[in-house]
Amino acid sequence: MNGREFSAGLKAGTSIAIGYFPIALTFGLLAKTTGLSLLEATAMSIFVFAGASQYIALSLITAGVAPIVIVLNTFVVNIRHFLMTASLNEKMAPDNRWKKALYAFGITDETFSVLATQKVHKITTAFAVGVITIAYGSWVVFTSVGHLIGANLPQFLQAAMSIALYAMFIGLLVPSMRGNRKVVSLALIAGAINSLFYFTEWLSTGWAIMTSTLASAIFIEWISRKGVKKS
Amino acid sequence: MAIVTYIPRAIPLTFLEGRELPKAVQNVLRNIPYAVLGALIFPAVFFIQENIWFGILGAAAAFGIAIAGANVMIVVLGSIAVLAIFSGFL
Repeated sequence: MNGREFSAGLKAGTSIAIGYFPIALTFGLLAKTTGLSLLEATAMSIFVFAGASQYIALSLITAGVAPIVIVLNTFVVNIRHFLMTASLNEKMAPDNRWKKALYAFGITDETFSVLATQKVHKITTAFAVGVITIAYGSWVVFTSVGHLIGANLPQFLQAAMSIALYAMFIGLLVPSMRGNRKVVSLALIAGAINSLFYFTEWLSTGWAIMTSTLASAIFIEWISRKGVKKS
Repeated sequence: MAIVTYIPRAIPLTFLEGRELPKAVQNVLRNIPYAVLGALIFPAVFFIQENIWFGILGAAAAFGIAIAGANVMIVVLGSIAVLAIFSGFL
């Protein structure tokens, strides 16, 4: 494993670690009030490593929903990762399948966003492992901390830190938007379609993100192809 | 839960390894990251707190700092700082 690439990955993933901190802390705390032990809460973060799904699972556990429904719901929420990892695969340096199968575990909305917006031709496995390690570490450690201390951050800090992951998404998107109308259109159209789904409540969040992403990506490809043919 | 979160993450990365996809599919897949970011940001960024001004101000701060050319870490810390100051005034 290339140490320099790994360190660069750790550094690139630091903003994810900051963004996960308040969410994992709150998850640990909520898990405790839901009745999960420290071990159960931490195990969930270790094995599942999916923020939205874990929060939904807590509310479903509270509601006394059957475990199979929780599992099915988790699958639906995470179907969008099919799209993300298929896209990411185009950018990853070729490597052994077992290595790719290992780091695939660490692909979340956030690690995907950091990896997919890197300005390099091919991303090395070591870099991806670095990004994932710091993100995963933050998620697991702060889940335990949240459960252990059983208290949350001061209200003002909690509120302020809830912007962290969105600020990160914006910070990743903006440099690519500069002077690139295609990127601007891709983001705006996907955001607009997703907003439509949100306000009309036609689709649940997982499906909505996947559908709006795919629609925007296909639409822009179709438009740019027509443009090429004309000129 | 672990298995169903793992499947969508692992299948494309392992199954597509070493396979050449049709050009059009490759182009669409290359568009995905920016479309995903758009969908992840909007509209959720506006609903981070019950008070919608947190989202509006936070998004404005993040875009402002990012457009000024700062790196991602500064965008994240700067937006948190802006909202921390803002909630001090509430």
